[in-house]
Amino acid sequence: MAEQSREDPPHADPIDEAPDDAPIEAAAHEAGRQPWQVGRSHRKVDAMERMRGIARYTDDLKLPGMLHGKIKRSPHAHARIVSIDTRRAEAMPGVHGVVTGRDFPIPYGIIPWTPDENALAVDKVLHVGDGVAAVAAVDEDTAIEALDAIDVVYELLPAFFDPEQALAADVQINPYARKGNLSKEVLLEFGDVDAGLASADLVIEGEYFFEGTTHAAIEPHCAVAYVERGGAGGEEGLLTVWSATQVSHYLHRELAKVLERPAHRIRVIQPPLGGAFGGKSEPFDLEFCVAKLALKTGRPVKILYTREEVFYSHRGRHPMRMKHRLGVDRDGRIKAVDAKTVLDGGAYSSFGLVTTYYSGQLLCSPYEFGAYRFHSRRAYTNKPACGPKRGHGSVQPRFAIEVQLDKAAQALGLDPIELRRRNDMGAGGKTVNEFAIGSNGFLECLRRVEQSSGWAERRPALPYGRGLGVAGSTYISGTNYPIYPNEMPQAAVQVCLDRSGRARVFSGANDIGQGSNTMLAVIVGEELGLPLEDIRVLSADTDLCPVDLGAYSSRITLMVGNACMQAAQQLRKQVCGAVARRWEVPARRVTLVQRKAIDIEDPDRHVELAQAFEWAEADHGLLGAVGSYTTPKDRHGDYRGGTIGASPAYSFTAHVAEVEVDDETGVVDVKTIWVAHDCGRALSRRIVEGQMEGSAYMGFGEAIMEQHVVDPAHRGVHPGPSLLDYRIPTFLDTPQLRALIVEAPDAQGPYGAKEAGEGPLHPSIPAIANAIHDAVGVRMDELPFTPPRVLAAIEQRRARERAGELPPHKGGLGVVGRDSARRTA
Amino acid sequence: MLRMPRFSVQTPRTIDEVVQALRTPGARLVAGGTDLLPNIKHRLEQPPVLVSLSRVRELGDVVVDEAAGVMRIGARVTLTAISEHAQVRERFPSLARAAGVVASPLIRNMGTLGGNVNLDTRCRYVNQTAFWREALGGGCIKSEGSVCHVVPGGRNCVAAMSSDCVPVLISLGASIVLVGSQGRRELPLEDYYLADGVRHTTRLDDELTTELVVPLPRGPRRSHYAKWTVRGSIDFPLVSVALRFDLEQDHVSAPVSEAHVVVGVLGSKPRRVTRLDDVVGKALDDPSLATAVAERVHQQCKPLENVPYEAPYRRTMLRVHARRAIEVMVAAG
Repeated sequence: MAEQSREDPPHADPIDEAPDDAPIEAAAHEAGRQPWQVGRSHRKVDAMERMRGIARYTDDLKLPGMLHGKIKRSPHAHARIVSIDTRRAEAMPGVHGVVTGRDFPIPYGIIPWTPDENALAVDKVLHVGDGVAAVAAVDEDTAIEALDAIDVVYELLPAFFDPEQALAADVQINPYARKGNLSKEVLLEFGDVDAGLASADLVIEGEYFFEGTTHAAIEPHCAVAYVERGGAGGEEGLLTVWSATQVSHYLHRELAKVLERPAHRIRVIQPPLGGAFGGKSEPFDLEFCVAKLALKTGRPVKILYTREEVFYSHRGRHPMRMKHRLGVDRDGRIKAVDAKTVLDGGAYSSFGLVTTYYSGQLLCSPYEFGAYRFHSRRAYTNKPACGPKRGHGSVQPRFAIEVQLDKAAQALGLDPIELRRRNDMGAGGKTVNEFAIGSNGFLECLRRVEQSSGWAERRPALPYGRGLGVAGSTYISGTNYPIYPNEMPQAAVQVCLDRSGRARVFSGANDIGQGSNTMLAVIVGEELGLPLEDIRVLSADTDLCPVDLGAYSSRITLMVGNACMQAAQQLRKQVCGAVARRWEVPARRVTLVQRKAIDIEDPDRHVELAQAFEWAEADHGLLGAVGSYTTPKDRHGDYRGGTIGASPAYSFTAHVAEVEVDDETGVVDVKTIWVAHDCGRALSRRIVEGQMEGSAYMGFGEAIMEQHVVDPAHRGVHPGPSLLDYRIPTFLDTPQLRALIVEAPDAQGPYGAKEAGEGPLHPSIPAIANAIHDAVGVRMDELPFTPPRVLAAIEQRRARERAGELPPHKGGLGVVGRDSARRTA
Repeated sequence: MLRMPRFSVQTPRTIDEVVQALRTPGARLVAGGTDLLPNIKHRLEQPPVLVSLSRVRELGDVVVDEAAGVMRIGARVTLTAISEHAQVRERFPSLARAAGVVASPLIRNMGTLGGNVNLDTRCRYVNQTAFWREALGGGCIKSEGSVCHVVPGGRNCVAAMSSDCVPVLISLGASIVLVGSQGRRELPLEDYYLADGVRHTTRLDDELTTELVVPLPRGPRRSHYAKWTVRGSIDFPLVSVALRFDLEQDHVSAPVSEAHVVVGVLGSKPRRVTRLDDVVGKALDDPSLATAVAERVHQQCKPLENVPYEAPYRRTMLRVHARRAIEVMVAAG
């Protein structure tokens, strides 16, 4: 049984809290530089604050005289604004300021090439929930009343909820769009796809549909703005914006642009965040509105989204309709892949230019493709804008291709794991689209999930209704090129030591719960011999911290980690040198570990780090160092778009999912997901495991129940913009998740580390789809796999079985899969 | 977060004071508040006064009156307390089960039985914010509008009776006791509900539910409550079937002497499945009994598109879950 065959029992290793008492084996330590922090399990640096409820999230900020803002939103999916009259609202007692689209004439966009949204609608509203005006008042209730007193006259326009229909329409949705409702089109071909398909022994054709999901971070978006009093000359003071954002630097830039205010007079601070998952990766209306209203009123202003507004801000996974052709030879080797994809972008571009590329570019590993072509078109529609969600742009096509591979394995009579193994591209090569791959632990990932799930013995023996499915994937560890072109480093960190024996780390990176502040502390602790509690990480404050591009594309561990390591190593050298000088030994004899500087050859000789830091400060002056990281510029494709999706290093993942399908109800009960992930090197094991489990959980929810849609039959409303109606799995629904860390260290990563935050999500969905097929013999090519859809597929198959077109699945090996009668409970 | 509109709260200490307080026009009774407060946040109700039962000492007991042959359950007893009550579990296992699968533990700790039997009807087009209903085009019969989005052209509200406990209580033959300015009345719970989602009970504005009276079983019995929903917690039922079979002897091979099946989450009124006469006399473990009951349920119960998941699917599932519920009873012996 699965329960017995698991390796890596969960939580076997205790959190290392007090390493100080452990015996010092300094000689062994420095000889091979045995890591003393890297690779252990740590309590996150902010864990206790969060668990004790004292972490102060953005909404916890309360400033003297603070006003509360609310945003008036469009009830129409597509309409021209004929007029907005704010006079009644402005005259209300307690109302201090009102803004409309006229206050924000400059369009912005997270991608500099597609500035196609305004902070509030200027002439048109493009989806239900589009922002139209904002009010600042003494309290929320007054602000809400004031919204009702803003009179907006609309002229309704035809709305388009289907991307193909929008592309064919002669009504342009987004006024800034350059080509009708075509937001972006990418057509790239590598090798001769038509010849590859023509010469293939087997061509699998499939059409797949990913319906769209949203992030559902528990913390709603929130922003607070405060303007300091100006100087005697009358100039305005510093504008500070606290925001639940995951990209404080980009927010800083866009605020400067839209508010027409020099960046040095804006400070952006990201307080502790309650989840983001990509849903806070760009500026939103509320940040511009609080800033403008604070400037207008001279008082602090806060806006907290309702949960409904979070659904309207969206930027979640694009619905994608994907037509794939896969050509393989009779051994299962991939000759060619042809992918045609239509992306439903919603009303704005968001990251859509990148998403359109990613929908094709990130598919070319871990398997070697003989030839590859993709044609992706992104359409504007009258829906909340889509954008990046964990596994940006590549979760949807990964679903398609991994099911295609399963179909090929089935047709060829090959084991699906074996088919994947045969196509493994290995380490150090180039993908068909010319991305340089470094380390690659994919085969090991396959081996681990195969072994842990008992694949070989159990899969052939599972009765009808039970099944195992496999899928693989790859993901980037950051992108080689930033969102706006520049030649500066991609990441920078400043580390300071003080004479009390402590370190402070300044980083612009956004810790959004993924643990990046802890990662930085681990690196500084590793290099300087400090336990984590002696390290204070100050992050995501544009006044205090060097610029960082933020928490997206799984870039922080590799990029910011490298920058941090560089800074910490400089300091290590200074400290070791100062100690060595006093001991009159060569610097290489000094190591820093467990809050001490130790003579490797005479471990009895050691001093407290505080003393060592004092010596170093005496020698060098104030101890501070900066590190920065610049991406390699030789690892991408030499063609237009060849930089998009190119990363310094790629992670690899394999999942096996075990399901039980109730053939009478169509309910899919996912029992266990085994997640093997090559993260290069796990800098902090528990956090990596958490990311792997969290990813698989999120993918599972998308596979089984999540649906972010609008209702075309009801004026384009979201059918349930609440956490009651938008169902994310509860603890009771969640499968057993088995995190199996695989480490194939990459030369590009700090200590070999690659990403772990997004890659492990990808195979969840196709592994479940493939397991459903193994269980009951039906292909689920449309997401999500809801009970009515699964049941309909089972009934269709049954009809074909009765007609003699198909044999009974699993030879009619008895019917189980009725455990979900327990749901009847 | 959604804001709560302003209202005052009264905290009477006796039932008479509650009745008096309810005479304030628009006053609403609140016990656990797990249904009322979200509806107020959604601006489905804007009561000027909430009359809280928090200080009423009565209504909080479960009493077995052997002489009268009934169990009296006070309206303020929480769903958690019912699900854990030894006497309820022993005598009315289907009720303990239904109370124990409502929403989530936190809600069951607050929610009361009186609240659950008075749970307002629910609809995908109603239980949304005021803004959402505006976007829909101005609400519907049950909110600000005049149309029905579930039954186009319909004039009668078909919002779904979504209580887990109500079908079970009806299957057990429970009565509801109400006290108001006109005095005390007791009526079969089955007669309490109306096929009108806007006002789906016969409760008068100044009446409060004081207790549910459930007749003690006079002989052997098997009962069950089948709930299907997407998630293992939080969700309202999408398929909801209460079953009760009185038996001639205390084993599942014994002939059935009475059969009661009641289905929720259809329209605004729970539906008692009829024409079960031909299963009387059959053994509970006779597979043809399960099939026959499931067929009746399927024939007579027509879910509507008032809650999520397609109505035809839910109708099919009624048959499956009704049959399985009987199989579960049989398997339990």
